[in-house]
Amino acid sequence: MSFRILVLAKQVPDTRNVGKDAMKSDGTVNRGALPAIFNPEDLNALEFALRVKDQREDAEILIITMGPPRAAEIIREGIYRGADSGVLITDRKFAGSDTLATSYALSLAIKKLAPFDLVIAGRQAIDGDTAQVGPQAAEKVGIPQITYAEEFMGFHGDKIQVKRRLEHGVEILESACPVLITVNSSAAPCRMRNAKRLMKYKYAKTEIELQELNEDYLQMFESRPYLKLKQWSVDDLKADVSLLGLSGSPTKVKAIQNVVFTQKESMTMGASDAEINKLMKSLISSHILG
Amino acid sequence: MKKNIFVYCEITEDGHIADVSLELCSKGYKLAKELKVKLEAIVIGANLNHIAAELAPFGVDTIYLADDNRLFPYLNLPHSSIVSKLISEYEADIVLFGATSIGRDLAPRVASALRCGLTADCTSLEIGDHYIKKTDTTYKNLLYQIRPAFGGNIVATIINPDMHPQMATVREGVMKKETVRPKKNMAVVAIEVDKYVSETDFVVSIIHRQIEAPKVNIKGAQIIVAGGYGVGSKENFGLLYQLADALSGEVGASRAAVDAGFSSHERQIGQTGVTVRPKLYIACGISGAVQHRAGMDQSAQIISINTDPNAPISHIADYNIVGTVEEVLPKMIKYFYQNSK
Ligand SMILES: Cc1cc2nc3c(=O)[nH]c(=O)nc-3n(C[C@H](O)[C@H](O)[C@H](O)COP(=O)(O)OP(=O)(O)OC[C@H]3O[C@@H](n4cnc5c(N)ncnc54)[C@H](O)[C@@H]3O)c2cc1C
Ligand SMILES: Nc1ncnc2c1ncn2[C@@H]1O[C@H](COP(=O)(O)O)[C@@H](O)[C@H]1O
Repeated sequence: MSFRILVLAKQVPDTRNVGKDAMKSDGTVNRGALPAIFNPEDLNALEFALRVKDQREDAEILIITMGPPRAAEIIREGIYRGADSGVLITDRKFAGSDTLATSYALSLAIKKLAPFDLVIAGRQAIDGDTAQVGPQAAEKVGIPQITYAEEFMGFHGDKIQVKRRLEHGVEILESACPVLITVNSSAAPCRMRNAKRLMKYKYAKTEIELQELNEDYLQMFESRPYLKLKQWSVDDLKADVSLLGLSGSPTKVKAIQNVVFTQKESMTMGASDAEINKLMKSLISSHILG
Repeated sequence: MKKNIFVYCEITEDGHIADVSLELCSKGYKLAKELKVKLEAIVIGANLNHIAAELAPFGVDTIYLADDNRLFPYLNLPHSSIVSKLISEYEADIVLFGATSIGRDLAPRVASALRCGLTADCTSLEIGDHYIKKTDTTYKNLLYQIRPAFGGNIVATIINPDMHPQMATVREGVMKKETVRPKKNMAVVAIEVDKYVSETDFVVSIIHRQIEAPKVNIKGAQIIVAGGYGVGSKENFGLLYQLADALSGEVGASRAAVDAGFSSHERQIGQTGVTVRPKLYIACGISGAVQHRAGMDQSAQIISINTDPNAPISHIADYNIVGTVEEVLPKMIKYFYQNSK
């Protein structure tokens, strides 16, 4: 029996490069308009998993990602860096899911992959900055959680020890497995791609992607089954559709506003002695200083 | 239906109610008044005899107190069991948590258990209606949960029309802490802890803990001298400390300055740091990105020192000094002393 680690990783729009057409009128993100990247803290999560695997020969790492078909890139990227395989959860019926609906779908995939020992997620995704999906998935699966993980401290018997980074200090927690861990950006950065794995897995594809390929490719897949990436729909997960998508999401976006500058009347001045002297005098006489 | 407002109150290392929770009680008090409902507090910890007196000046009607040695320091499962059960039992309609490492660990677990919505890091909470044209229905008195989204580039108003309670987390410093006349008949309900938690809630244990009381209190400072990436080095940050000393202020920083190692994270101001509203904010070498402004644009007066007269911060500053930090700060210190004698 292997020690199974599930890593939750999300493909996110790069919010550091946001243009005008990034939001749709219904308040959801127009993912097409932005470059898609591996959510930064999910890379920390993957490294955390790889460090556990470094200590346990029998460990196996599977990436779970939910998103549009192109999110399969996340699984390949994870495999290049050392994960064993992955599952893409994709279905139009998931569109518009908030964190509760997303964690419901992820929890079904996690349970379908049972038995598992660890579930590792990033602390938060840069598109929503909510940090909710990890704890919510843990609750839905019915396992404990350790958030803000910074370092894998090893095993103590069959319990895992994890160092957490809090606002004002650190804590080391110990938990039986299975447990869900969310990893901070302060944890170790993810190792680079491995060139051999890149060569071996660059043709790994999901079903949807296979449809666009020609005969030669399909033959290659027959002989190399490890190139087939799992892809699950709402039906595969036997999900209750009323708990998914916009209808399964308790939170709704009522309004969206762009951030605008409220122009203030301001004074521009130089840095000469006379000007600074005058400024300090006026601040003191108006009791802002002193 | 009771439909009251609940605040989860965090306990600090030295056994008091955390500031962020008192701030939320202040906000909760106003919301409760507007909705004509009660404000109720959940306090979970150990040795909590003095807690009721601490909460009384914030207008709390009821305190649910879970006092047990096993409940401090905070652990996720026992706290979420208690909070989830109390919320269902007493039919809370709005529940507020601090957006701290405790609140953000606890609230999503509770929201999942109760199958309700949760909005993280709200910067404003208001009461309002919502009309849906398609079905011609109006939802009365919803909680508008207003928060920056998409890396701070937009502000979104989130609502939960159907599934209640409505839950939100709010960062420290966003709401104002304000005392009111204590309620005459404040009730303290002691929780029978064993009815709410089970043995299995203690499967995760703390084996080591090192928490320090926060050393800096930029939130409470009337004058803040904040430095950005433009300060250039940790050494140059020394100039900011000199000016802050002279003015009896505190030193703050932008995220870029924290990332560059010029300053520590606890001094970070902005969307992912603290929110401040001092009498005077002196921004030194800070460009004024939206995420930074989110934490300081309510300052009464803003002075910016920047080599670029058109930096975004110039739009919200009252005084824009065009020059380098190295040149301007020593002059400010010098002329402050000269003029205040
Ligand atoms: C999700 C998210 C959350 C974020 N949260 C925060 C947050 O909480 N707080 C925060 O601050 N940022 C936050 N940021 C980062 C923010 O977008 C900016 O990158 C950051 O605020 C920039 O910091 P800065 O102004 O110090 O640096 P820069 O933008 O590099 O600006 C430096 C400024 O210094 C000036 N300058 C250069 N040399 C000198 C000199 N010698 N003397 C005077 N002026 C000089 C330059 O003209 C420039 O205006 C967040 C970003 C994201 C995506
Ligand atoms: N669609 C998704 N697919 C896989 N993992 C996800 C997804 N959404 C969120 N997660 C995981 O949950 C974490 C927190 O996300 P969030 O609550 O959106 O900030 C992320 O860092 C991921 O590990």
